Amino acid sequence: MALKLRQSEFEIKRDEGKCIHCEVCVRQCSNDSHEFDEDAKIVSSDDANCVGCHRCEALCPTGAIKITAKEPEFKSNYNWSASHIKNIYKQADSGGVILTGMGSDKPHTIYWDHLLFNAAQVTNPSIDPLREPMEVKTFIGGKPDKVDIVKKDGNFKLKTKISPHLELSTPIMFSAMSYGSISLNACKSLASAAASFGTYYNTGEGGLHKDLYKYAENTIVQVASGRFGVDIDYLSRAAAIEIKIGQGAKPGIGGHLPGEKVTKDISSTRMIPEGTDAISPAPHHDIYSIEDLAQLIAALKEATDYTKPVGVKVSAVHNIAPIASGIVRAGADYIAIDGFRGGTGAAPQAIRDNVGIPIELALAAVDQRLREEGIRHRASIIVAGSVRSSSDVIKAIALGADAVYIGTAALIALGCHLCQKCYTGKCNWGIATQDPYLTKRLNPEIGSKRLAGLLRAWSLEIKEMLGGAGINAIESLRGNKEHIRGLDLNDRELKILGIKHAGEAW
Amino acid sequence: MKKIYIKEEYCIGCRLCEIYCQVKHSKSKKILKAFREEQDIISRVLVEEIGHNSFAIQCRHCVDAPCVDACISGAMTKNENTGVVNCDENKCVGCWSCIMVCPYGVIKRDISAKRAASKCDFCEDEKIPVCVKNCPNEALKFSDTDDSDSNAENYTDADNNPGADSDNYNEVDAE
Repeated sequence: MALKLRQSEFEIKRDEGKCIHCEVCVRQCSNDSHEFDEDAKIVSSDDANCVGCHRCEALCPTGAIKITAKEPEFKSNYNWSASHIKNIYKQADSGGVILTGMGSDKPHTIYWDHLLFNAAQVTNPSIDPLREPMEVKTFIGGKPDKVDIVKKDGNFKLKTKISPHLELSTPIMFSAMSYGSISLNACKSLASAAASFGTYYNTGEGGLHKDLYKYAENTIVQVASGRFGVDIDYLSRAAAIEIKIGQGAKPGIGGHLPGEKVTKDISSTRMIPEGTDAISPAPHHDIYSIEDLAQLIAALKEATDYTKPVGVKVSAVHNIAPIASGIVRAGADYIAIDGFRGGTGAAPQAIRDNVGIPIELALAAVDQRLREEGIRHRASIIVAGSVRSSSDVIKAIALGADAVYIGTAALIALGCHLCQKCYTGKCNWGIATQDPYLTKRLNPEIGSKRLAGLLRAWSLEIKEMLGGAGINAIESLRGNKEHIRGLDLNDRELKILGIKHAGEAW
Repeated sequence: MKKIYIKEEYCIGCRLCEIYCQVKHSKSKKILKAFREEQDIISRVLVEEIGHNSFAIQCRHCVDAPCVDACISGAMTKNENTGVVNCDENKCVGCWSCIMVCPYGVIKRDISAKRAASKCDFCEDEKIPVCVKNCPNEALKFSDTDDSDSNAENYTDADNNPGADSDNYNEVDAE
């Protein structure tokens, strides 16, 4: 069919005055956007194939290439936006579900940007973190109802048995990304950075590759609906276990790693036959109630001899507060909530952009509900779903989170340019791909340093902001909603967030 | 002496090393000018490729360099202090004996300018050879020792890691 309704999204602008025909762009593009013409001795480009990953632009030695978004040539129409029209063309063509990658890019309210952090003036002194100690260490796990202390030989000793905890040097962890959805080199970068910085990375539901065994003390292993790679060795080679119920980008939806991506290495890591589709069912077929969840939590704790925390990851949905309450009562040591802007390797666009609620509201609602029920101490809260900067981290903690998970931010540190084409398996940055030509583009030595650099930078900024507010430990900020004010928010939003509007004093 | 170590697992075959080597050995040293106005500049580093495997190789500056022994005019010499094997292009007569004995195939004929053998000179006036400096994925390393085995996959130092005693798990990879 020659009728071509779809338009290219990007325009590849090549400055012929600068192009030296070195063909670096040709060799780097996995989408065949660039081509060297042997006869004419020129490099030509095809806009239609370009996904806007900017790999060629980044590697061009003379800066001859510029990738720009192509203005859609539709008559302007507020109701029928270019994306609606393009999607209809696409679906009429393919008859299929529109897939996409990464988090939602729709202009829903980003509450982080409507929150303002406080600072100390006159009545309480601010603290200079360069001169005075500033504590950002964080513990994840259930806290006891009360602490009993006994005096023995003149020394005080803890009588209460404290349940197992994770110790984080900074309240930031890397969220669940499986080997399969991302390359092994990306996993190695995350694991090594987590180990060097004293925090944790998460295997996702992709099993644990043997090259990652040595990072066991910084590994959170996931038990998801597909149960890929789960056996007793998997559970024992981890610092914590996470039951994955849902993912922010696609609540209620399972996962599907196509057979062509299930290479020999991935098949042995996931413990499934080579070349078969790895399908994670939408629900856990053994969890249909909180009681079922409690059973799985108990089983995992029993299997690992009560030595490690067991958490539950859910996506932020409308009833998140009572669900969280149930999860805590089911015995989870932490609850990870993934907001609707959270990333993914592949999700139906309709789900990603329309299902779930923002993490800021979910977090405030859950924290409030657990406090009202007197069970907030029994589990830590980890939030995920588009934490973009250190200020997002600090606002999350003030809203009641114990720590945050970063996924997209970590991938951006590794080179991701958010082209949202993870599901094609052609990631030019060597992240969301299993193609041996592409995976080696991510050198874990470089990746690990960059991730550690990001954690260090954010930690420094968190300390600066804490100091400015006159707080010397992140513990004192946790759930301290007096330290944030809302801006441009209505009464209902402020009530859910549990904060005052900017300008309102104590 | 410092050497260029090859990490083929991270060579992405972009050939930027070759491009920057050509610029370095051009008259103008300017990338646009070198490629647009100067003819046939030879890259002294070569990217070898089969399938997805690729690596960049240049003169290994052998301890016992066969090209030095084979040279009939005394152009090819090994600097005893720096260990660098260099070709004096004024002395070279273009017999190509060095090319025939080189076990790595990294000496090339430079027919355009003079009858001289062209090979890696470690970018004498640079601290780090340009191929190493411009590799976007650190697939070339310029160092005294090949640290790729000893410290494999301990990518960052674990000094500030409070809970890192991962030694226990090094033995467990039997599967």
